[in-house]
Amino acid sequence: MKNYDTNLHVRGESRFVDDFPAPDNTLHAAVKGSAVAHGTIKSIHLENAENYPGVRRILLAKDVPGENQIGSIIQDEQLLAAVEVHFIGQPIAIVVAETPEQAREAVALIAIEYEEKPVVTDPRVAAEKGQLIAPARTFSCGDTDAAWEKCDVIVSGTAASGGQEHLYLETQGCLAMPKEDGGLKLISSTQGPTAVQRIVARVLGLPMHKIEVDVLRLGGGFGGKEDQATAWATMAALAAYCMQQPVKLVLRRHEDMVMTGKRHPYSSDFKIGLDKAGKILAYEATYYQNAGAAADLSTAILERTLFHSTNSYFIPNVKATALSCRTNLPPNTAFRGFGGPQAMFVIESAIAAAAEKMGVTPATIQDKNLWQDGDETPYGQIIQESRIKSCWHETVERYDIEKLQQNVRRFNERNQEVKKGFAMMPVTFGISFTNTALNQAGALVHVYNDGSVGVSTGAVEMGQGVNAKLQQVAARVLGIDARRIRVDSTNTGRVANTSPTAASSGSDLNGHATRLACEQILERLQCFASRLLDVERSKISFHDDKIWVDEKPQSLQWQELTDKAYWARVSLSAQAHYATPNIHFDKSKEKGHPFAYYAYGVAATVVRLDCIRGTYIVESVDIVHDLGSSLSPKVDLGQIEGALMQGIGWLMMEDVVFSEEGRLLASTLSTYKIPDIYFAPEDLRVHILENAAHPAGLFHSKAIGEPPFMYGIGAWFALREAMKAYRSNGEIPFIAPFTPERVLMAISRLTKDE
Amino acid sequence: MLIFLLNQQKIETDQHPGTVLLDFIRNDNRLFGTKEGCREGDCGACTVLTGRYDGDKVVYRAVNSCLLPIGSLQGKHVVTLEGLNGIENTVLQDAFVYEHASQCGFCTPGFIVSLTDFLLNNADLKFQEAIDSISGNICRCTGYASIRRAIDRFILDVKNKIDLQPELRIQQLISAGQLPAYFAEIPVRMAELVADTSPVKNGKIIAGGTDLFVQQADALRSASVQFVDDAAVHHQIRVENNECIIAAATTMEDMRRSPIFQKIIPDFDKFAKLIASKPIRERATLAGNIVNASPIADFTIILLALDATVELEKNGSGRHVALHDFYLGYKQLDLQPDEKIASIRFPVPHGDYAFNFEKVSRRTHLDIASVNTAALIAYENSTIQSARLSAGGVAPVPFLLRESSAFLTGNEINDAVVQQAIDIAAAEISPISDVRGSADYKRTLLCQLIFAHFHEKFPQVLSEEASL
Repeated sequence: MKNYDTNLHVRGESRFVDDFPAPDNTLHAAVKGSAVAHGTIKSIHLENAENYPGVRRILLAKDVPGENQIGSIIQDEQLLAAVEVHFIGQPIAIVVAETPEQAREAVALIAIEYEEKPVVTDPRVAAEKGQLIAPARTFSCGDTDAAWEKCDVIVSGTAASGGQEHLYLETQGCLAMPKEDGGLKLISSTQGPTAVQRIVARVLGLPMHKIEVDVLRLGGGFGGKEDQATAWATMAALAAYCMQQPVKLVLRRHEDMVMTGKRHPYSSDFKIGLDKAGKILAYEATYYQNAGAAADLSTAILERTLFHSTNSYFIPNVKATALSCRTNLPPNTAFRGFGGPQAMFVIESAIAAAAEKMGVTPATIQDKNLWQDGDETPYGQIIQESRIKSCWHETVERYDIEKLQQNVRRFNERNQEVKKGFAMMPVTFGISFTNTALNQAGALVHVYNDGSVGVSTGAVEMGQGVNAKLQQVAARVLGIDARRIRVDSTNTGRVANTSPTAASSGSDLNGHATRLACEQILERLQCFASRLLDVERSKISFHDDKIWVDEKPQSLQWQELTDKAYWARVSLSAQAHYATPNIHFDKSKEKGHPFAYYAYGVAATVVRLDCIRGTYIVESVDIVHDLGSSLSPKVDLGQIEGALMQGIGWLMMEDVVFSEEGRLLASTLSTYKIPDIYFAPEDLRVHILENAAHPAGLFHSKAIGEPPFMYGIGAWFALREAMKAYRSNGEIPFIAPFTPERVLMAISRLTKDE
Repeated sequence: MLIFLLNQQKIETDQHPGTVLLDFIRNDNRLFGTKEGCREGDCGACTVLTGRYDGDKVVYRAVNSCLLPIGSLQGKHVVTLEGLNGIENTVLQDAFVYEHASQCGFCTPGFIVSLTDFLLNNADLKFQEAIDSISGNICRCTGYASIRRAIDRFILDVKNKIDLQPELRIQQLISAGQLPAYFAEIPVRMAELVADTSPVKNGKIIAGGTDLFVQQADALRSASVQFVDDAAVHHQIRVENNECIIAAATTMEDMRRSPIFQKIIPDFDKFAKLIASKPIRERATLAGNIVNASPIADFTIILLALDATVELEKNGSGRHVALHDFYLGYKQLDLQPDEKIASIRFPVPHGDYAFNFEKVSRRTHLDIASVNTAALIAYENSTIQSARLSAGGVAPVPFLLRESSAFLTGNEINDAVVQQAIDIAAAEISPISDVRGSADYKRTLLCQLIFAHFHEKFPQVLSEEASL
């Protein structure tokens, strides 16, 4: 099963937003962002920019015909700042010009005076000042207060994880084209076409049916285009609406990095209590999420942090509190893992700290506390069909972890300036949007009377291979060759009210909807074939492009049948809707059954540290991953390998640094580094858990997009072990990412055990 | 008027020579297979091949089109991915498809073009050289594992199609259906391309442009510019009277490929690969690295340790300035208006000597150093005859560690001496905190890297307990 578009990609023939031949009269937009992180706009001087060659118009907040509001969960974000500005880069004005260069040059000529206000960049400071996006939330079970006295070991501390730039290779962009009746067609690089449609309609004061959003593919999304593609699409739409001419707005990399939000940095407190045997009895955590200047998806992300506060471990007494803190940074947003990785980093830090105190390896504690069927999570979901233990045991046996650890120890005995570290990282990740309502999808399937098939859904292809999977689903249900099936662009006119392609659930939700639509058509064609062949319907089946009766192939084949069906006035199109069954969550009690199921896996990581230079590489990662019965093993393998690398990047290299004034310091690719091929793990082995069909899943499969990201956390803890192997005395703070600087400075403060 | 070939097409354009090729390809020629990812040579999505005459042959190199002014293309052949496509996929393209080495697809054209450079130029198609050819390509989706598998497969498949005779490579690739047939006509067509105006002789001098077009691309799109004729200076590395003389416009890859340089510094290949990426090194020149005056310039740091001198030229007359005297302050040079670098020279080390280069950056490859340092140590038995240590990122200029170098000269190599040299170095530098690291870190790191010089080159005389 080939990734649907790969053949176009390798020839440079696949089109992204900036590659669509735009109409000749297309204008280009560029955006003026705030130069200060917090303040009031005193004056805006547009004259120089307005008089610049090629400039056609400059749009400000006052030019918005509808509501100047793009907030999705909480309405707290203006499209264009009118008076107050809350972060550097916050859009204030849109310059529309004949060329993108003219638009950009004119942006530089807009002069804005501000009255500056105090800037807050630290979430704990924001929390002290009461700057919360929403009231704090707490998930709890058991009674931690009572549990502490039963513990033999109690450790508390802090852990902090950094932001992460999405660095989708295709920057944010949109081409907006006016239609004849005052509506607009948008070609947008968004994971959420309906979100774009809804917000554009709101901002222009139009009904949603006048806005058509079409998405062919994205050059990467990773969450960064779930909510944050909307602003740029809306600006292009506003400009096209005002000018009644097509307008293209494509950000340059530097603009994209400065003006869009990233993964949320977290600063957290933890307290963990265990008995002598290593059983975790109690765990408390408080998470300070750095939300940035507006809500965006922060509250939903915060919720997932709470859901994953204990990662893969059963803990009877838990109290986890989370605060979404408003700061003067760009609004942070969805990024693969969606708050889960930040929670897991904290519990793994707590376990590492406890292991240190108890003089055991973290793996000993991890192993003793893994979920078992029947365990109840702090939010009330009962664990069923848990596979975390089977993944753990499979990892230990398949990769001979005992020997691997022994080799690491032996290497460390023999080498003074190079040290290795080892860590296990189990991952349990809940599959479903935590906002239950989003767990729905639609599909529209057309069978044409030449036997070819077109599938439309709400799923957006961004490299994750969802189109390949949808094609596979339709081919399996209809019993025809996948080459007969084309997955069309994602278009709000064909499938409406879609959820964003996110939460790893794109294939699950849209695949089920596709299955249901294909089943309707199949049923009609089977009825029709039974009339045509004069046999009972139950004896008819379709596969290999043929019609079978009692498992004998008939001369009547798929293509001919579709043509005959058309002439017999049988409907060859179907629309279907899917809603994930049996999920619910009661926020007033913070209990329920929010996830359809969990994805499981374990990674064993070895990192090698050059103790002289403070540099390191990931030597090996051995993974056992549960993805049910895969719809497309090569697509899924690619997701595991790619997510792992992003996770390693988040924790071992990528450093989002802001100045105290709220200015992004690493704002270009020459200062913000992501992994290159040399930084990829030298030896990577992935084993898909066998005989793991997931009965409730789409053709027994499981979702794949996000869970493997968190394997990267293992690399951080492996490096920490390598540092301790070099010098064992002293503190290594739980601060991610590690960078060569943090590593060298930390090991220079350690001392050797005498 | 500027004349060059773009794929099969002859281009004659009056566009400003400072326009970058990426914009020219996409906006003027609507070839959308070349992607814009960063406009600073850091992602590789815009990679194209440029072919130029090297002797009597046309040689193709992958370069970043976002940093390449069209004014430097006179008489050359530019190849985008569209110009490599045949009716059928090549084995390279098929290997990427088969191994799912492309996910979102935005970076993929750059990978294919970079690997085509490898296919065209690498004599024995070694895997590790294939990896180096994509040292400037970033992929955010795959994690590179599938790209490695695709490269493995591609090398195997292509070896089944052609013999390893580098001099016949293009011809063989055409016969094997791995390169479009029009490539056979290109040398003749290129020879016919003649500029209809003489080159401009004033304005900003642009050689490789690999940093200029990161910093000033918007200004250079309308500024007065002149270009260094890179065809004429190619391969000008020579030794005369125990001096190695290098023409100003020699690129870093020319240096890496030079047998002369490899002989003087046997580890040079390893060091060069820590500098920029292969496509950048194909364009970046020695003189450019020097006049750019970055306090962290990798190549300049190497040349400082080699005791290099720059030969400056103005209206036919010249003067020589020691490289360590060339820097007067941050980005300030001992360079008159209209004066330019003609060549760089350094004495070829003799006797027993060790040369080492150390660099630590957040990412090992294609990154700017937090600190870099080079050391040239001539010795007899275990006594240092002369030492020259240089360091970047620790002062406003590329810095010669005069005091620690002077201290080392005449001393024995042992733990105590190395430690004292480190202490002296720490006292003579003045690092500042910036996005590449805090001042404290840079100071600590330089100390470590000086230790690393000795640890690398004289491991037998140092004890294992000496570091940090």
